[in-house]
Amino acid sequence: MRTIVFLLRKEFLQIFRHRIMLVLIFMMPLIQLIILANAADYEVDNIRLYIVDRDGTQASQRLVGLFEASEHFEILGYGQNPEAAFNSIQGNETDLFMDIPAGFEEQLSEGGPAAMQVSVDAINGVKAGVSNGYVQAILQGFAMAYAKELAVVEPGTAQPGQLGIEYSNWFNPDLSYDNFMVPGILVLLVTLVGMFLSSMNIVKEKEIGTIEQINVTPIRKYQFIIGKLAPFWIIGLLELSFGLIVGKVIFDIPFVGPLWLIYLFAGVYLITVLGIGLLISTITDTQQQAMFLAWFFLIIFILMSGLFTPIESMPEWAQRITDFNPVAYFVDVMRLVLLKGSGFSGIQPHLRVMIIYAILINALAVLNYRKASS
Amino acid sequence: MNDSIAIKVDAVSKQYNDHTVALQEVDLEVRRGELFGLIGPDGAGKTTLIRILCSLILADSGRASVEDWDVVKDYRKIRSNIGYMPGRFSLYQDLSVEENLRFFATTFGTTIRANYDLIKDIYVQIEPFKKRKAGKLSGGMKQKLALSCALIHKPKVLLLDEPTTGVDAVSRKEFWEMLKQLRDKGITILVSTPYMDEASMCERVALIQEGRIMDVASPEEIIRKFDKELLAIRTNKMYQLIGDLRQMEQTHSAFPFGDFVHLATREKIDETSLRQYLRDKGHTSIQMKPIEPNIEDCFMDLMI
Repeated sequence: MRTIVFLLRKEFLQIFRHRIMLVLIFMMPLIQLIILANAADYEVDNIRLYIVDRDGTQASQRLVGLFEASEHFEILGYGQNPEAAFNSIQGNETDLFMDIPAGFEEQLSEGGPAAMQVSVDAINGVKAGVSNGYVQAILQGFAMAYAKELAVVEPGTAQPGQLGIEYSNWFNPDLSYDNFMVPGILVLLVTLVGMFLSSMNIVKEKEIGTIEQINVTPIRKYQFIIGKLAPFWIIGLLELSFGLIVGKVIFDIPFVGPLWLIYLFAGVYLITVLGIGLLISTITDTQQQAMFLAWFFLIIFILMSGLFTPIESMPEWAQRITDFNPVAYFVDVMRLVLLKGSGFSGIQPHLRVMIIYAILINALAVLNYRKASS
Repeated sequence: MNDSIAIKVDAVSKQYNDHTVALQEVDLEVRRGELFGLIGPDGAGKTTLIRILCSLILADSGRASVEDWDVVKDYRKIRSNIGYMPGRFSLYQDLSVEENLRFFATTFGTTIRANYDLIKDIYVQIEPFKKRKAGKLSGGMKQKLALSCALIHKPKVLLLDEPTTGVDAVSRKEFWEMLKQLRDKGITILVSTPYMDEASMCERVALIQEGRIMDVASPEEIIRKFDKELLAIRTNKMYQLIGDLRQMEQTHSAFPFGDFVHLATREKIDETSLRQYLRDKGHTSIQMKPIEPNIEDCFMDLMI
């Protein structure tokens, strides 16, 4: 035990010897949260819209008005000719055009389905998807309102109870992007500390040759490993705390659920991530190799974590891969606890997986560490 | 077991994964309290042997023991009782002199003060720089720090792997003086070096080449065993001279030593006819004198 204390003292001495480390550890959450949470934004504004209204009735005017009122759309032009609208998409002047054919109001008032066309420039898939969503929302709102009025004026017309789906965003009612992103970015920070710093730190001993000197001392391997991983476990939790404070103060993210759950999960999660770092360090000889390998895992983990793209919309095989992605679990737990207010039972399945993961990864890493150093 | 033997190596062989044979059936005994030199060119197997003795790597076959502890079975005993200095400086460059020393003391469960006596003579030389980071020390000072760290737990045996490689001549001399003082305090020291002239500092030396021990003897004995005639020769064309001498039938070996070429022959060679031979080859300002062999001559002789 005393040996571990001495090792820890040495590690902290070395880590904080480089002033840049201190700055990084406290500036990183601040900068990343501010930049990422503000810049990486799903919302799409200023969609350029071209409207072709060939109906020219009250109903069509009302629909056009709804689009004009939306903050997402910028009306680029009005016309009678769909050809011209199409050309403006071709010329990259418009993102979207809407064609209301003649007879629109007539079809509507007869209670039947009214046809209209919306064309979207889908070069940017995300933007197209989001624009389409906005259009759908407006059209739906319009159709519902119209049907209701019709029912009042002529009872019986909207009869066979058309089913309207109404959405409401629970747990993040105003779809705040910060609330959604900030907890996820905190996970990234913790992961970075755990995986990068730990693997690089161990490999550094190999690269510089100090491991030779350590190996001839009575220090046991488990003491060495604990001495190497514990500092980053502690720094990781400190980083998380600092990030949570920044998230609360600057972005006012809600803390609906109990914070101790976050820490409980983070503690286990960090053990897993540190285990991956240890594993990386056993199969590499230089910091450069370790960095490269850690990056490889990290990129996959992050992009498939559900932070930027929902896991549910990935193909089946990719979803299976995310079952092995520790980052995905932590991102999920963060959102569950902070936004939804899940209790222990809510994150129990995640915790169970993470504990198994932590044990497996560390067993593998320690076995490999022994083999590599025998 | 023999009381007077500190290190015993018995038929140790080691082959690396890429099939390089590092050691072949090496036998060696180092007496207790001896300053023993392991001398050989780069790649001879010196480092491998020392690393086996430190319990850092395992031999393929054979047995080795340090202070009667088996390097495989009793490796933990060995690690608490030896001081090891690897060939490459392997202390923490980002920790200060004092921090390094304290750290290694604590890993052995001791303190600087408890064993200060042993390292005092060495440590006082670097103490003025104790706040300086180890990475910022000069080569000679790094070496003194490494030696201090290897000694801080009062080891019975010191294993030093090429401690003088890359160190200037003055520091090398100082270093050997320090080793002699440590030997006088009763520590057994095994030191490897590629510098043959350092052999004369040791009580006994082993000459190792291509994974085999060629000879074990005291430096005096090795010189005494030398059975060739030696001439030191110098001309205006030194480079060509070596080639010309090696072409002669009587020549056993010809190696450059400083400003001269040392020519070893089995029989005494006639100097006048040699001068004539060299003049015919176009050499001028020829100097030559018979000399007594030094330790390097003996090693060169053993190695070819």
